[in-house]
Amino acid sequence: MNDLRDLYQEVILDHNKRPRNFRILPQPTHHADGVNPLCGDRISVFLDIEDGIIRDIAFQGAGCAISSASASLMTEALKGKPVAEVEHLFEAFHNVVTTDCECPRGLGKLGVLAGVRDYPSRVKCATLAWHAVRAALERHAEPVATE
Amino acid sequence: MSASPTLAIAPTASAGLDLARIRAEFPILRQRVHGKPLVYLDNAASAQRPKAVIDAISECYSTYYANIHRGVHLLSERSTAAYEGAREKVRAFLNAASVQEIIFTRNTTESINLVASSFGGSTVKTGDEIVITGMEHHSNIVPWQLLCERTGARLKVAPFTDAGELILDEYERLLDSGRVKLAAFVHLSNALGTLNPVQRMIELAHARGIPTLVDGAQSIPHVAVDVRALDCEFYAFSSHKIYGPSGVGVLYGKQALLEAMPPYQGGGDMIRLVTFEKTEYADLPNKFEAGTPNIAGVIGLGAALDWVNAIGLDAVAAHEHELLDYATAQLQEIPGLKIMGTARDKAALAAFTIQGIHPHDIGTILDREGVAIRAGHHCAQPVMQRYGVPATARASFAVYNTRDEVDALVKALWKVKELFE
Repeated sequence: MNDLRDLYQEVILDHNKRPRNFRILPQPTHHADGVNPLCGDRISVFLDIEDGIIRDIAFQGAGCAISSASASLMTEALKGKPVAEVEHLFEAFHNVVTTDCECPRGLGKLGVLAGVRDYPSRVKCATLAWHAVRAALERHAEPVATE
Repeated sequence: MSASPTLAIAPTASAGLDLARIRAEFPILRQRVHGKPLVYLDNAASAQRPKAVIDAISECYSTYYANIHRGVHLLSERSTAAYEGAREKVRAFLNAASVQEIIFTRNTTESINLVASSFGGSTVKTGDEIVITGMEHHSNIVPWQLLCERTGARLKVAPFTDAGELILDEYERLLDSGRVKLAAFVHLSNALGTLNPVQRMIELAHARGIPTLVDGAQSIPHVAVDVRALDCEFYAFSSHKIYGPSGVGVLYGKQALLEAMPPYQGGGDMIRLVTFEKTEYADLPNKFEAGTPNIAGVIGLGAALDWVNAIGLDAVAAHEHELLDYATAQLQEIPGLKIMGTARDKAALAAFTIQGIHPHDIGTILDREGVAIRAGHHCAQPVMQRYGVPATARASFAVYNTRDEVDALVKALWKVKELFE
């Protein structure tokens, strides 16, 4: 039970229960869907980008606690950030959920997902929303898959 | 559970089976995962193998392995005899009329693809129809979709009720179009646990001159199958669901049909004579077994069927039924838990959701408690769509599972609730 608490931290359970920015942006400048073919989970992300800055970001979809909380935390982390920072943050986040690296300070609350590193089958849940955002920025028409 | 030594055997004795002895035959079950005793309830995905099967494969590779059907040397003769001996065991297990009706494939999926490609490719034309049910595994959907794309035929889907029971009238109505070339349906649904009335479904199809294929991937370890009594044209199953090795599947087909069908794949072992001008194909069953097959795997399947026969499929089914009833009653006590698939005729598995908790999270937490279940769409996405859920959790039972293991499952599910509330 204790090691499960490392994965399912309070912040994650909270964001799962009450996801932030869980809505549709009516006229997003960027939008993409992410699909995890393994479990059928699907997520849509919407971004409003102006002058290279993410002015607004939101998501919709149904997923497990890890993918929902990760999406919710991601929207909080990216709102107001320059688009150019997305790749850096994603790389840092990906490292945190897949390796034993120290969690860099710049990641902030996203660090609560570090527990995922002990659950390799769940890494895709934690990164699904990020893949969707990257696809939206590259303007993929087709849903992006984790596989 | 019981502390009393005189009662110690009681929880493990069921339906006349000596479960302690049966479990002892499965080396893999003697382990702990994440510090907890392994409770393996993912049997519908793949069962485990008894030592008899592992030994049969090991003996083949250690003492007599060689390629089959060609060598004049002793090892090849012995391998051929063992391989063909396994074919006879499968024939007897299904009560098929002849070993020529037993084709070895890689798995159920390949067996179905063989029929779609060979039978379907040679008989299905534009405007024809294939009838399936709404509770099929992707392996009994996609091969027919591919066939329809190739030929311009249409796929028709017989619906099922909220309880997960096929609506037989709707199925019959679909058969009435006069254009149906094949009815293909699952015997036991992997997503719902529903046992379909296959005997009746076959009769209804035959009354209209329509041949049938039964997907037996899930039913084979739980239900005694007699293909001559069923009278189906094709029956497909996989070795790994019935305690045999993975990588081996079986297609039963009526001899006259198989003889009329063109080969599925070309290559070695399936020919009689090859010149650059013309090739004569081998007789059944070799015509459908191109290339060197999974020799030791087939021999392993033979050992698995011997093992199951020694216990008796009826005793296995009775034991599993008792476990399912016990599990169903306990699962229903958990608030917010909903069992998906409540057909009157059901076997071997319980699929469920818990309000507000995703099946993947259930699966992860159960795993840390030593309990292996499946979480996901079970390769039956149309079934998930039918109920409006992305996924379910599924506990599925085999001959070696015990009531104590059901208790462990239920206890772990209460932990899931605790963690999320």
